[in-house]
Amino acid sequence: MTKPHDQLGINRRGLLAGMAGAGLLGVSGLPLRAQETPRRGGVLKLGISGGSTTDDFDVRKLADWVPVNQAYMVMNGLVEIDSDNIAQPELLESWEAEPGATVWTFDVRRGVTFHNGKSLTADDVIYSLNLHRGDSSSAARSIVAPITEIEKTGDHQIRITLESGNADLPYVLSDYHLLVVPEGFDDWSNPVGTGPFIPERIEPGVRGRFVRNEDYWKPGCANVDAVEVVVINDVTARTNALMSGQVQAINAVDFKTVNLLGRNPRVEIVRSAGGQHFTFLMDCTKAPFTDVNTRLAIKHAVDRQQLLDTALAGYGQLGNDHPIPQTDRFHNSELPQRTYDPEQAQFYAQKAGMDPLAVTLSASDAAFSGAVDAAAVFRAAATGAGIDVTIDRQPADGYWSDVWMQVPFCMSYWGGRPTADQMLSIAYESTSSYNDTRWANERFDRLLKEARALLDEEKRREIYWECQALIHNDGGAMIPMFGDYLDAVSTELRGVKPHAMFNLMGARMAEKVWFDA
Amino acid sequence: MLTLIAKRAVLGVFTLWLVSVLVFAGTEILPGDVAGAILGQSATPESLARLRAELGLDVPALQRYAEWLTGFVQGDMGRSMASGQPVADLLWPRFWNTMALAAYAGAIAVPLAVGLGITAAALRGGIFDRVSNVAALAFVSLPEYFLGLLLVLWLSVKTGWLPSLADTYDGMGLAAWFRATTLPMLVLVMVTTAQILRMTRTTVLGVMDQPYVETAFLKGLRNGRVVLRHATPNAAAPIVNVVSFNIAYLITGVVLVEAVFNYNGLGRFMVDAVSRRDLPLVQAAAMIFGGVYVFLNMVADIAAIALNPRLRHPRGKEA
Repeated sequence: MTKPHDQLGINRRGLLAGMAGAGLLGVSGLPLRAQETPRRGGVLKLGISGGSTTDDFDVRKLADWVPVNQAYMVMNGLVEIDSDNIAQPELLESWEAEPGATVWTFDVRRGVTFHNGKSLTADDVIYSLNLHRGDSSSAARSIVAPITEIEKTGDHQIRITLESGNADLPYVLSDYHLLVVPEGFDDWSNPVGTGPFIPERIEPGVRGRFVRNEDYWKPGCANVDAVEVVVINDVTARTNALMSGQVQAINAVDFKTVNLLGRNPRVEIVRSAGGQHFTFLMDCTKAPFTDVNTRLAIKHAVDRQQLLDTALAGYGQLGNDHPIPQTDRFHNSELPQRTYDPEQAQFYAQKAGMDPLAVTLSASDAAFSGAVDAAAVFRAAATGAGIDVTIDRQPADGYWSDVWMQVPFCMSYWGGRPTADQMLSIAYESTSSYNDTRWANERFDRLLKEARALLDEEKRREIYWECQALIHNDGGAMIPMFGDYLDAVSTELRGVKPHAMFNLMGARMAEKVWFDA
Repeated sequence: MLTLIAKRAVLGVFTLWLVSVLVFAGTEILPGDVAGAILGQSATPESLARLRAELGLDVPALQRYAEWLTGFVQGDMGRSMASGQPVADLLWPRFWNTMALAAYAGAIAVPLAVGLGITAAALRGGIFDRVSNVAALAFVSLPEYFLGLLLVLWLSVKTGWLPSLADTYDGMGLAAWFRATTLPMLVLVMVTTAQILRMTRTTVLGVMDQPYVETAFLKGLRNGRVVLRHATPNAAAPIVNVVSFNIAYLITGVVLVEAVFNYNGLGRFMVDAVSRRDLPLVQAAAMIFGGVYVFLNMVADIAAIALNPRLRHPRGKEA
């Protein structure tokens, strides 16, 4: 029986979080204020992008920022990822795994009531998890698919059995679709949850108003009297709304204008380093990328710092051709950072028998905002290394069905995942349908499975480090940079912290913050 | 007169039908479809095919168009593909929002512009004429998107006088509504005033060069009386024309203004619908925009005839 993370993990993470905080001071000075005690009162207004008229609270369909943020106002998750990227108990109060990490016992939090007065029991948790299991159209179906059985072992206890061991189960259960509703509930336009706020009036895709749940169980949370969400999909309108004081926080700040916005004395920029990264995908089954030397030539032909500065205005971290971010406790920190090296690039191109190497890169801003510019920056550097890059500009519409995973070389991105295992499994395990470089490495697949079931944190770390090295040296993804999640908040707000998972403090800003006295 | 209206109405319906064909064809030609838009990066060939079948997108385009048209002529606008909600429920509240903003702007812009135009004509060559001309040209030349941002910067961000979001909702007070919508109204007023003003001035001046106006002056009438009683009525038809054009613009052309101010109107709605390839929504919105345009043009034509005695009483072929 072991806890999901050991002391070493926490120490490493704590150190990294401290470093991130130090970096942040220059921008916003936020950590200084995070110590104060919360004050009650005030109406919090959030300007959020990513909402449409078709939104509701169906936890199985949550896909965009407005519904996800609103869902976290009304409902609670099973497990919360905190600002240091560690799994913390939410409605599941504690957990224990049997050796092999196949069978897990979870205690359901006591003394929690739903907005309709019903108290939370194991049945509600089981019902809420089962919404995503079996013949369900849930977006989280694949996440809970490894669960073979959920048993009720007491009024406030459940036992989960997996098809094979997974030491990260609490992290897996932090997925934002896995929110808890009362047993039998299915009226998704009028949600009932255990969350910090109760919906008062909701116009999908336009606005929503939520009032405080006076009986909220989580200490120090739900400080503001009410939350108003205004859906602002246009980035300029969102920025203006913050600058004119009509909202106190906005998400998804534009990399191009973030420095201008930061000059406003009433505004603070919140940069959250996380797992979001941008990729140049080489299909390992298509010429000329079947040869690892071609892939290495490309990986040496990019000036990563220049790309980071141009495309993201410096708001990110350098990538090292593997998808595990510095904020992850299993990040391989000893892998040498790959740099722009025209000679090496030429060496590998010649070794592959390609002199000169000529490739066509499909690019679109669907991959990420600024992707087409990034392609041009890459071409310039590659030309310096004797590689001839033709940019094939594609429309954003249909990019994911017609270009991504269809052409030999294209641009893409991945959002962060709560665990290294999830990130590596979805994009690099040879059997995954989203293995977008079609890289197949037997040793990698085997190591990944082995590490998943390990409860020994030190052994897992060794394996994940090797997995990262394998992708770094052999994989088909050139990963030049990780992009920070950028939010901006009014200086009136207190308790704001960066969060590695998503914008707006992991979509839980509403319950955490309070107004300055 | 009635035959004329009937003829125009038939032509209008024909125009609308052409619009529906063009919009349908346009959304068909664009890459991607609603299934791709819903699935995004998780669009594997299998999941795409399954969703397309669920949404009825595997049916040939012509058949889908025919089904939509049959429904539409019976007053059924269909359902949103993304959510299954009836289009009418989503569309009409936003249509009325757009109409309310257009009415607010039109009620100020039209009298203001016509009055200023006539004044400028009466004071031809004077300082007022020149200033109003330069200002009008400036407003016409600046894109409304840019004008909107300038106003937000000065009247909202720097001074805090007005809200930068036109955030309206059911049950808000009238005063709050006016306050929320004043900035977008100002932008619309600036753009439309400029155009109507210049057109009014030009047509009034055109009439002023006619011999009968010279006669009126020679008769010893004062400038103001000549402009108001002799020139303006004869210039009315072109003015009505430009006014109705601008009202049509206020309703159909506010897409950018609605985006800048995050106003929950039909324009923003249509932009969202296009980006999600939700064809029934796009079609319905296009029909409404087209209908408004056709209707206002018809009104302008009829008004022009009604205001022109020579067209009102045609004397036959020899005229």
